[in-house]
Amino acid sequence: MAANNLKHALFCALVTLIISYPIIGFNLEIQGINITLTGATTSTIGMVLLAAVIVFLFQLFRDRIMSALRSLPNPLPQPRKEPMAENKRARIESWVLTGIVVLALFWPFFVSRGSVDLATLVLIYIMLALGLNVVVGLAGLLDLGYVAFYAVGAYTFALLSQYAGFSFWMALPLGACLAALFGLVLGFPVLRLRGDYLAIVTLGFGEIIRILLNNWTALTGGPNGIGGIPDPTLFGMEFGRRVREEGNTSFHETFGIAYSGEHKVIFLYLIALVLAIITALIIRRFMRMPVGRAWEALREDEIAARSLGLSRTAVKLSAFTIGAFFAGFAGTVFASKQGFISPESFVFLESAIILAIVVLGGMGSQLGVVLAAIAVTILPELAREFSDYRMLVFGAAMVLMMVWRPQGLMPMRRVHIELKKQE
Amino acid sequence: MLDVQNLSMRFGGLLAVDQVSLDVQEHEIVSIIGPNGAGKTTVFNCISGFYKPTGGKILFEGGEVQGKPDYKISRLGMVRTFQHVRLFGQMSVVENLLVAQHRHLNTNLLSGLIKTPDFRERERKSLDRASYWLDRVGLLELANREAGNLAYGQQRRLEIARCMVTEPKLLMLDEPAAGLNPAETKDLNQLIVSLKEDYNVSVLLIEHDMSLVMDISDRITVINQGRPLASGTPDEVRQNDDVIKAYLGEA
Repeated sequence: MAANNLKHALFCALVTLIISYPIIGFNLEIQGINITLTGATTSTIGMVLLAAVIVFLFQLFRDRIMSALRSLPNPLPQPRKEPMAENKRARIESWVLTGIVVLALFWPFFVSRGSVDLATLVLIYIMLALGLNVVVGLAGLLDLGYVAFYAVGAYTFALLSQYAGFSFWMALPLGACLAALFGLVLGFPVLRLRGDYLAIVTLGFGEIIRILLNNWTALTGGPNGIGGIPDPTLFGMEFGRRVREEGNTSFHETFGIAYSGEHKVIFLYLIALVLAIITALIIRRFMRMPVGRAWEALREDEIAARSLGLSRTAVKLSAFTIGAFFAGFAGTVFASKQGFISPESFVFLESAIILAIVVLGGMGSQLGVVLAAIAVTILPELAREFSDYRMLVFGAAMVLMMVWRPQGLMPMRRVHIELKKQE
Repeated sequence: MLDVQNLSMRFGGLLAVDQVSLDVQEHEIVSIIGPNGAGKTTVFNCISGFYKPTGGKILFEGGEVQGKPDYKISRLGMVRTFQHVRLFGQMSVVENLLVAQHRHLNTNLLSGLIKTPDFRERERKSLDRASYWLDRVGLLELANREAGNLAYGQQRRLEIARCMVTEPKLLMLDEPAAGLNPAETKDLNQLIVSLKEDYNVSVLLIEHDMSLVMDISDRITVINQGRPLASGTPDEVRQNDDVIKAYLGEA
């Protein structure tokens, strides 16, 4: 046992060295027109060796460390208690939710502009995560290219406003529908794939969209992106200091109040809030409709679902399309909020973060996804000093979550269905 | 109502099913028996559309169905269970039954979002049907349990109930008694007979439990190594020399 451990630990340390030394230990330097290879400083090499030693020690004492980790008290309460009566819980839940919504409505008027801006971003992520939750959490289709639909929504609005002068409200349904169309088109070829293969194809699709946006300079402006995307208007009232478009009035003049940049930020926040609530409500309804049950059935057992007359094609396509639709929604809001978009906003990392939100929140659980979206978006902002280590902390948090609570923050709860007794 | 003619299924060099013919009439329980690996489940998979047969015809109520996609065949009214229970494990018992009634429900997305009267009416009907069948198989108390947590015998019964809520004309059961104890097998026996008598469903059955097969079958088809060996009433089959040699054992 001990000898085995030692051998394993030595091997792991060696792998660490082999991987990290060539990557970190050598530098390419440009001297004139030549590139020379120079060794790194001794301190860097020391760090690499130290890392190898740490890996060695960890692997050597892994059993003991892991058992110590397991004996740590679980910081999250265990669901050991008897569940509350269904109707009581439903009542409490609806009160709490109403309270949160009311709070969210009035909250932006009392805080700084920066926090409202951040909250808008959180709401966009909530929309994205709720949409991806349909695809990954309910239908069980691992989609790593979800950000592509987000990009389609954002670019639809940007291009329509640039070339055709569309306003936010006209572009919102169009962006969502176009994203849904892309979801449908992507859905067809990937229908037969499952698990890993599906993940790879969707990953590729996400990259295709991004690279297309990056290289189609004539239309999308390439890496320079598109700027000057208009803000949403409220019944033809604009929020800028001066009216940009003929026929519109400005918000502060109509109401006779002093111009303030905050009006626009708060208005955008409220739009995002309303759209996020609409998204949540619609998807919540879907989950309790035949189509939602069909998604889950297909995830649970595809063969049984087919034997009962569910068409795999229709069910999977509907999940893909609806998920993409809400990503397009979020994308349009995002474009309007930023006023400027470029392909850089739609890299794979975004897909990974949205997926992480869904997994952290608990697959299929809406409340969990909302909580996770808040945590994943706000925590990095709070810890700005550690921004270099953001990904490290992020990874560590994921690992700890998987150890302590593999089912996510708030695992999905089944709807309780009251049945009448037979006479 | 079901008529299988000269069905063949070849996997590469292996002829798993060779010229098997059988038929099921209305109001009849027909069993397929045979040693392990004889090709019984392959016949099932061909009929239910999971495999495309390489030869032969399958007629259901006069129409050819061989090679049709599985979900279309099931919508015609031929529904099957599986040798290993296949439930939607993380969904609740009653949800399992609701999924199966997809066909009877209003699946229009918009009418579901705004809850049209038609949507509610169908939803209510399917709940009634679900609770009726749960009561019938004795699972009503467990309606909101996770299906994956049920005991094995209960899962078997739920699988049959899940087929029955689709209101099939022909029920295909693949070894429904596997893993059941004698008391449960007896209950199952009664359930299958009552499905035929009270609900006018024809049953096509694969089973190893001879007591069950001999008790309830109207006719039996014996398959050995992919080829049909004999067919007839239980008594005829019991006395057939070939069958005794191949399957029942020489005693």
